[in-house]
Amino acid sequence: MFRRKDRSQNRNDETTAPGGPRPRRFGRLRDALQRTRTGLTARITELFARQRAVSGELVEEIEDLLLSADVGIAATTQIVADLSQRLARKQLADPEAVFNALRENMLGILEPVSRPLTVPNDGPRPFVVLMVGVNGTGKTTTIGKLASRLRAEGRNVLLAAGDTFRAAAIEQLQTWGERVGAPVIAQQIGADSASVVYDAVHSAKARGFDVLIADTAGRLHTQVNLMEELKKVRRVIGKLDPSAPHETLLVVDAGTGQNALAQARQFHQAVQVSGIALTKLDGTAKGGIVLAIARELALPIRFIGVGESAEDLRPFNASEFVDALFER
Amino acid sequence: MFDNLSERLTQSLNRLRGRGRLTEANIKDTLREVRMALLEADVALPVAREFIENIRERAVGQAVMKSLTPGQELIRIVRNELILLLGEANEGLNLNVPPPAVLLVAGLQGSGKTTTVAKLARWLKERNKKSVLVASCDIYRPAAIAQLEMLAKDVGAGFFPSDASQHPVAIAKAAVEQARRQFADVVILDTAGRLHIDEAMMDEVRRIHEAIKPVETLFVVDSMTGQDAANVSRAFDQALPLTGVVLTKTDGDARGGAALSIRRITGKPIKFIGMGEKTAALEPFYPDRIASRILGMGDVLSLIEEAEQKIDRDQAQRIADKLKKGKGFDLEDFREQLQQMKKLGGMTALLDKLPGMQGLPQGVADRVNDRELLRLEAIINSMTRQERRFPAVVNGSRKRRIASGSGTTVQDVNRLLKQFTQMQKMMKRLNKKGALSGLMRGMTGRGGMPPGMPL
Repeated sequence: MFRRKDRSQNRNDETTAPGGPRPRRFGRLRDALQRTRTGLTARITELFARQRAVSGELVEEIEDLLLSADVGIAATTQIVADLSQRLARKQLADPEAVFNALRENMLGILEPVSRPLTVPNDGPRPFVVLMVGVNGTGKTTTIGKLASRLRAEGRNVLLAAGDTFRAAAIEQLQTWGERVGAPVIAQQIGADSASVVYDAVHSAKARGFDVLIADTAGRLHTQVNLMEELKKVRRVIGKLDPSAPHETLLVVDAGTGQNALAQARQFHQAVQVSGIALTKLDGTAKGGIVLAIARELALPIRFIGVGESAEDLRPFNASEFVDALFER
Repeated sequence: MFDNLSERLTQSLNRLRGRGRLTEANIKDTLREVRMALLEADVALPVAREFIENIRERAVGQAVMKSLTPGQELIRIVRNELILLLGEANEGLNLNVPPPAVLLVAGLQGSGKTTTVAKLARWLKERNKKSVLVASCDIYRPAAIAQLEMLAKDVGAGFFPSDASQHPVAIAKAAVEQARRQFADVVILDTAGRLHIDEAMMDEVRRIHEAIKPVETLFVVDSMTGQDAANVSRAFDQALPLTGVVLTKTDGDARGGAALSIRRITGKPIKFIGMGEKTAALEPFYPDRIASRILGMGDVLSLIEEAEQKIDRDQAQRIADKLKKGKGFDLEDFREQLQQMKKLGGMTALLDKLPGMQGLPQGVADRVNDRELLRLEAIINSMTRQERRFPAVVNGSRKRRIASGSGTTVQDVNRLLKQFTQMQKMMKRLNKKGALSGLMRGMTGRGGMPPGMPL
């Protein structure tokens, strides 16, 4: 209760929203992943040149490489155990074979979760998307980009400014709304997030919108009360349409380390996450944590964010992702 | 945040306990586990590797042979190495320049820069009695400037208005000029979040830096950052002459290994850590305490310091005086104590800092939230003044009224009254012994727990 009061004043920094005169940047998946790719392949080739015989050290190095891409201990151990087994059986004789084995392994984990978000044409209306995540991962920006995608597909999109705590959040969403041509349902700062979202579902139903995307305030997954609030938001959506929300999208910053796994677990437990958007892949972050998340929770990975403009939200594609990582 | 790292280290080191002597072999196993623990805690690979190498060098050889319990010796070595890696001592802000002292913050998007600016402003105002002016050079994110304005108002700092049509460098210069004119002691400049590989944006922040020559250039970084912390901090360190680091969002359960990487790679001290969304949630970074915390030794020192800052001495004194005069401890006093505890960040924040609490199962720690305290306070708030002063008058019908007024049940009210009676007895005993200091100790030294508090 008492923390509530301060929140509106204190929370801030979240996503960078629609940039103004900001210069364009790399922003393409291939460019973004190039850095990872060259690093990884060069090092494996070099290892082979140096240490053809000693498989133990090679395995350890591959393990390190995966770990330093934030893949995490469990997923790395799984991949490495298989590799070392096959190395021991002399099934992998050259760098090519090691690449293929690695690739195969990673695809084995990522392929099943590579399921793009589709809004069915004959499904329930509105198709409700609830955005959740910790502070500063890029929820509002992702909403903007997603809305833009859906608008381009010819859908009528309504946005709900469910982040009622941070001063900039509502205006930020409104800016995106104007930009992509999607109306925004908003109340004032400090309003009940669940009530904003409820109103929005109501309004989307009445006005016949195809898609409703609801923003929520960023919250650390360890804050019990805030997670309860999020559950409430989900509950009230379900009141008007028992099948909604049709998608609960967890936004994960690619720069996050192993904590992203804890985030995914907690959010999934609280609001049954149905998809993941991996943002900020245009930096040097490798986003290997999705392997760990995929392995443990098998949550579909819907999108990756590789830049700031609307078209920089791409559907996640496992083989593309892994190919880009290992392509020479 | 460091709990998981503590857990893992404690676990792998525990295995060493009870062995007679360290052998090469069991050091190797343990070190491999420590290494895995560090990596899993998001310590950057090269940093973890170097750390392990240092430990190995120290552990194998005389240092261990001298010790009777090799396990303890290794813990000591790991702890010392951690302290060494995290930086030797806590370094505050350097304000030792002709005013205004200029502070610049920079970092990636979403790392928490604007919140940190507000927290720093509050810190400087409250602890250092400085007059502070804040300004935002973030012309990119809509309402970023308005956001800082709100926060500035909230913490009582001056705000230099800017707008998105201005150039960031011009805003920075004008803000410093304004600070000079109004004789502000400190001016803090917020900048837009930027990607470290975005050359145009990195160039922009470099030019802001050149234009205002800040005495402190702080790099704000999310404690949840993974291996990429190495790249990011290196790039920012090369682009800007950083003077310190602020680690944010440490109130989550991230393992915080990024702190080690950043410190090692930039060589710059971590000056503050952000512990929550409130503007008061900023703490100085004490490497030795954090290292102890990593090893499960708790963070009692931070707690005491915080208690001293936030406990209202007058109020505590008033209760003490009252008891001295032979008047009873009533529900009004109880409520004041509850409020004091709230100021310290509630039970969760307290538990986090006490030694041995890392051993609590995750679920238990999560459950101990502050709802119980809030409920107790709500019950007391629903009583009349008369009832608070003389709890004996609370009969069945009053209890029903209080319960419905506070949204609780009669059982809850009964429980509160029972707890209160126990506390009252304890207070009486304390008073007889004349041990008023016991009360104070109950409030500060032992983590702000009034005796008899429900746990």
